[in-house]
Amino acid sequence: MELDAKIPSGPIAEKWDKHRFDMNLVNPANKRKYDVIIVGTGLAGASAAATMGELGYKVKCFTFHDSARRAHSIAAQGGINAAKNYQGDGDSVFRLFYDTVKGGDFRSREANVYRLAQLSLNIIDQAVAQGVPFAREYGGLLANRSFGGAQVSRTFYARGQTGQQLLLGAYQALKRQVAEGNVELHTRSEMLDLVVVDGVAQGIVTRDLVSGKIESHAGHAVVLGTGGYSNVFYLSTNAMGCNVTATWRACKRGAGFANPCFTQIHPTCIPPSGDYQSKLTLMSESLRNDGRIWVPDDADDKRPPGKIPEEERDYYLERYYPSFGNLAPRDIASRRAKEMVDKGHGVGPKENGVYLDFKHALEREGRQTITDRYGNLFEMYEKITGEDPYQTPMRIYPAPHYTMGGLWVDYNLQSTIPGLFVIGEANFSDHGANRLGASALMQGLADGYFVIPMTIGNYLAELPREPVSSDQTAFDQVEQEVENRADRLLSVNGNKSADDFHIELGRVMWEHCGMERTAAGLREALERIPEIRERFWKEVSVPGSGSSLNQSLEKAGRVADFLEFAEIMCWDALTRDESCGAHYRPEHVTDEGEAKRDDENFAHSAVWEFTGVGEEPARHTEPLTFDHVPLSQRSYK
Amino acid sequence: MNLKLTVWRQSGPGTQGRFETYQATDISEHASFLEMLDVVNTELTREGEEPIAFEHDCREGICGSCGMMINGVPHGPSSRVSVCQLHMREFRDGEEILIEPWRASAFPVLKDLVVDRGAFDRIIDAGGFISVRTGSAPDANALAIEKDLADHVMDAATCIGCGACVAACPNASAMLFTSAKVEHLNKLPQGQPERDARALDMVAQHDAEGFGNCTNHGACQTACPKGISVDFIADLNRDLMKATWAEAGREARVGD
Repeated sequence: MELDAKIPSGPIAEKWDKHRFDMNLVNPANKRKYDVIIVGTGLAGASAAATMGELGYKVKCFTFHDSARRAHSIAAQGGINAAKNYQGDGDSVFRLFYDTVKGGDFRSREANVYRLAQLSLNIIDQAVAQGVPFAREYGGLLANRSFGGAQVSRTFYARGQTGQQLLLGAYQALKRQVAEGNVELHTRSEMLDLVVVDGVAQGIVTRDLVSGKIESHAGHAVVLGTGGYSNVFYLSTNAMGCNVTATWRACKRGAGFANPCFTQIHPTCIPPSGDYQSKLTLMSESLRNDGRIWVPDDADDKRPPGKIPEEERDYYLERYYPSFGNLAPRDIASRRAKEMVDKGHGVGPKENGVYLDFKHALEREGRQTITDRYGNLFEMYEKITGEDPYQTPMRIYPAPHYTMGGLWVDYNLQSTIPGLFVIGEANFSDHGANRLGASALMQGLADGYFVIPMTIGNYLAELPREPVSSDQTAFDQVEQEVENRADRLLSVNGNKSADDFHIELGRVMWEHCGMERTAAGLREALERIPEIRERFWKEVSVPGSGSSLNQSLEKAGRVADFLEFAEIMCWDALTRDESCGAHYRPEHVTDEGEAKRDDENFAHSAVWEFTGVGEEPARHTEPLTFDHVPLSQRSYK
Repeated sequence: MNLKLTVWRQSGPGTQGRFETYQATDISEHASFLEMLDVVNTELTREGEEPIAFEHDCREGICGSCGMMINGVPHGPSSRVSVCQLHMREFRDGEEILIEPWRASAFPVLKDLVVDRGAFDRIIDAGGFISVRTGSAPDANALAIEKDLADHVMDAATCIGCGACVAACPNASAMLFTSAKVEHLNKLPQGQPERDARALDMVAQHDAEGFGNCTNHGACQTACPKGISVDFIADLNRDLMKATWAEAGREARVGD
């Protein structure tokens, strides 16, 4: 597997500009002759489809939702970073770049991150012009707030619904192109495989979720914007439908999967309350601006929080990290919360949380200000728990949230399969071993609006301008495989639901490949996963037929893919014998208990090549160099 | 707690549906309504029976996927929640619950509780956007916008497109949805150039989809999980009237 990152030459600040000039352009009249397939309509997919439709390409866009507006980007709460420096507090493109590389614990590619920081400026302009109602100050200018891992205020937000507003902006831009006939939008249509002909991506095979029809779609290029795989843990903050199928299918067809073990656990989620729990709800990290995190000093202190006096509370993040305090990065805040609960200081009925307390902020700022900032989050918390956070502190605990790992891409966002491009959370590019808050929206939109529409042109310009067709044996073959698989799922006739297996897999992954990974635990997981997978194919029950709307079949197919994918996550975590960012191996810690990197042996991205189900995948590496942000131990003290 | 559910089952579009009864046993009061349905569905699946189809995704009240009539009320008895955020503590042990899909001819049933809300997407196609080419935007702070106005349009932009407003309305009107999108964009300075066309075209599409007209019942506002105000419908009516006159004027001038 060849891993050429194709990083343009020249000074880092000029690389993107130079690259845009060096790339081939497609003549406007010729753009019509190229079919581009885009899978996914989240921030990355919708913005890419809208922009490429606008440029004149023939775009076919697919989503398994009933409407493009429902992609999971919609649920992002806190905000989007941009190096606008509107607060005049010392921000710059270089500082955002620096914070992101450092926050990612030096496991991302400098050139990509720098481009992301540069494009952050354009995203805010674009969104405001589309009518995205960002929060504003009384003078009418845009407001900002702070987020974890940064000491400047660079996060733009729309109440606690920033993802919703940005996605609606992208969705509306997409719908404009649909109305103009430039984009053909296929809703309720799930990609179930990638078609590769002579080593080049040529199209996809989908299932129409209403009629059950298996269909082929050919294109000159395929773009995946299909999101992350946190649902491998079963319980996560992801929407119920989020899955690894599209990227895993691409991996099985030859695309390298990079750093699959880099998964982020978000520190501020509502702790699980029972076995019926279907997902975990995130409380935006922005709450850490005003909320203070604490546990009782005495592990046996069972008094209600209001009765525990100040001097008997341990504000442990403020104690460990005086300069960042409650705004320490996500990986660190998560691990410290786990440490407190493991030591017996957990609070709530199941003793599985820590307090996030707004008492001081309410006293200092007044109820109205706090309501303006977090009103909808407080409401959501009360709806779920039945407790009023204005009166009693919230209870929070970490939960799987985001996956930094994804399909490997070069600087052009092209995977190891020519013609297959990957954008947004589905790729691995920009966040290294840990993503900073408010950077996912930034990356999805940078990839979709500004990067892929340029770089795909360079690829297409070198292709012959001949129409592509799905009328080929390769498509027939893949269609047949997809049908066989559905038939196989429908004919097991077992007595367990797909969820039963998903829950079992999730427990193994959370225990052994979650917040803390040991070599012994990972080896155990690698033994248990194939065993669960084997039982799945013998005991799963998928009622109904393949020729109609069948949610059981959809779910079972996704779980089947998680059951294969989970193994490469464990292989990756096992072979990355260091701690870095969110990847925490207790064998490798500093004296202060922080993740200890091994730059000599692991300053690289690990890229996995599929070699067969249940087989040990092949590990390849892309070395990383740090010329602008010197390698150093992260310190947030 | 234990509950008796009466649920609308329909195997596909255009087929004859029926009510079926199910027992939900041993349900925690902390579970959400959808988690209660999960428990029932898991049992059905283990027995090889088709589970009750319903749409859901984020389960935190923002994607707008879920929605059903619970005892005749869209999203059930709690105010300002979508059904994924409705919790079983709102019900009594032993209660009987009637569950139906959204009822509106513009939202045909696809299966059980799943309906086709594609009409909402087509209303957006008709003009629910600001035409701005990628990369052509001025600096975001070049234009100051009053905080009150920004907050006000956010109240409209918060719509999740779930369809509860239609299901609640005796006329099956989608005016709350349509007005929320039109007014979000029409009130912003960036939305002015397309203001008239947006109001005219989106309302025309609304009517073409078979939604009824608004007769000011206000049931939509009560059902809306995001608390969107019917005032936006009044604002839309004003925009629509102005746009209609302006268009009539333009046509008259062209006629000269």
